Amino acid sequence: MKANEIAAVIDGEVLVSPAVDVEVEYAFAADLMSDILAFARPQILMLTGLINPQTIRTAEMSDIPLILFVRGKRPPKLLLNMAQAAGIGVLLSAHSMYETSGLLYQAGLSGIGKLSVVQQR
Amino acid sequence: MSQNFSLFTRMNKDLPLSILHELTYEIQVSEVMSPQISTLPSTISMRDVKNVMRSQRISGIPIVSAEQQKLLGLVSVEDLIRALEQNKLDAAVTEFMATNLITALDEEPVVEALKRLERTGFGRLVVVDKKGNLAGILTKGDIMAGLLRALEKTYHRVEQLQQDEQSHHFFAALNSDETSLTLRYRVRAGDFIKGGQASSNIKKALQHIGATPQLARRVAIATYEIEINLIIHTDDGGYIVAEVRPAQIKVVAHDDGPGIADVSLARQPGYSTASSKAREMGFGAGMGLVNAERCADELHVWSALTVGTRVEMIFNVAVP
Ligand SMILES: Nc1ncnc2c1ncn2[C@@H]1O[C@H](COP(=O)(O)OP(=O)(O)O)[C@@H](O)[C@H]1O
Ligand SMILES: [Mg+2]
Repeated sequence: MKANEIAAVIDGEVLVSPAVDVEVEYAFAADLMSDILAFARPQILMLTGLINPQTIRTAEMSDIPLILFVRGKRPPKLLLNMAQAAGIGVLLSAHSMYETSGLLYQAGLSGIGKLSVVQQR
Repeated sequence: MSQNFSLFTRMNKDLPLSILHELTYEIQVSEVMSPQISTLPSTISMRDVKNVMRSQRISGIPIVSAEQQKLLGLVSVEDLIRALEQNKLDAAVTEFMATNLITALDEEPVVEALKRLERTGFGRLVVVDKKGNLAGILTKGDIMAGLLRALEKTYHRVEQLQQDEQSHHFFAALNSDETSLTLRYRVRAGDFIKGGQASSNIKKALQHIGATPQLARRVAIATYEIEINLIIHTDDGGYIVAEVRPAQIKVVAHDDGPGIADVSLARQPGYSTASSKAREMGFGAGMGLVNAERCADELHVWSALTVGTRVEMIFNVAVP
């Protein structure tokens, strides 16, 4: 799915177009950056409700070309500029994380599959 | 764009002849045609045609109806020669022009037009757009010239590509008994705005010197986790030093405190002493060192309370 198609599915907005109009096949949603760094594959769509410069950095480190901010949280200009500089596309959804994910899943965008269980401290 | 790219990926393997063939599929008629749209009304004589052809140096002219500018036919140099042979220069153009017009669409690939020229034995095609409006004239000569231009461009791009390729091996070009590149960064505690810059710059540097995307990504992720730890867990921040060698990359983060009481505990998944501020920023899940260890080939942590912490990561560069 490309940025414009994603925006159409969630009735959202493309705030920054990605440097390359990539076709993402999978999505991963998290508010924990370490989870994204640990689990997200390259070239996927990242959904998050967390708005700060580290969100963009996390995508940059992980080779993630598209970030979708949920819950109608419009990021400040600074973040959009950072994303633009990194060639990362930014989208906005006015739906919750749950509903945004549901809409995209229904439209055929897969998740990354089951993960292994790890005992936490 | 994507079509040109497909051409490139095949260029290394294919013979020039097949590239030419390929170009005829990739180039549109509109890119090679003569966008000469000057027309003549059907009321003129072959003598007028001769004068226009001579003064404008063209070999084919579309003939349109005087009133509606409707395309009626095409008069060519060959038609003019016939008129001369028959001594009929004063005859109306309509007597000699070709009326069963063979047209080409401006958007179709050149190969289609070429086939039509071959099949009909005509010297030129009238080019029209989707709405049937006259767009230009296309001869075999136009096609040849257009293909040569495209071929030239293609080779320029391949040359450019090869130059880029060479710059990717600058490490290999540096000859010494021991070659290394050292990148050093100061990381400030609590700096969530600039935080991540060291990792970002290291990643870019690796990409520049030709690291594979996989290598650049795993070094970036591991370094970023360690950089974030300097930001969220230290008193005064610290340093990140990356030492890049042809076969191995070493990244070290060191700081002057507070240090870690129990390193093996700190390395377990989910263990975290992160502040609520760090958690608000999306960190502090106790997965940082675990993540870094997964990305690196080796990860060593030395730490002493009140003294400081040193994290060393080794990444082996896989030889292709
Ligand atoms: N540079 C450091 N200085 C002091 N303590 C650290 C440092 N790096 C890591 N730690 C300790 O190790 C713990 C685990 O680190 P990590 O796995 O990155 O998880 P997190 O950063 O999410 O807490 C931290 O909570 C902290 O107590
Ligand atoms: Mg951490």
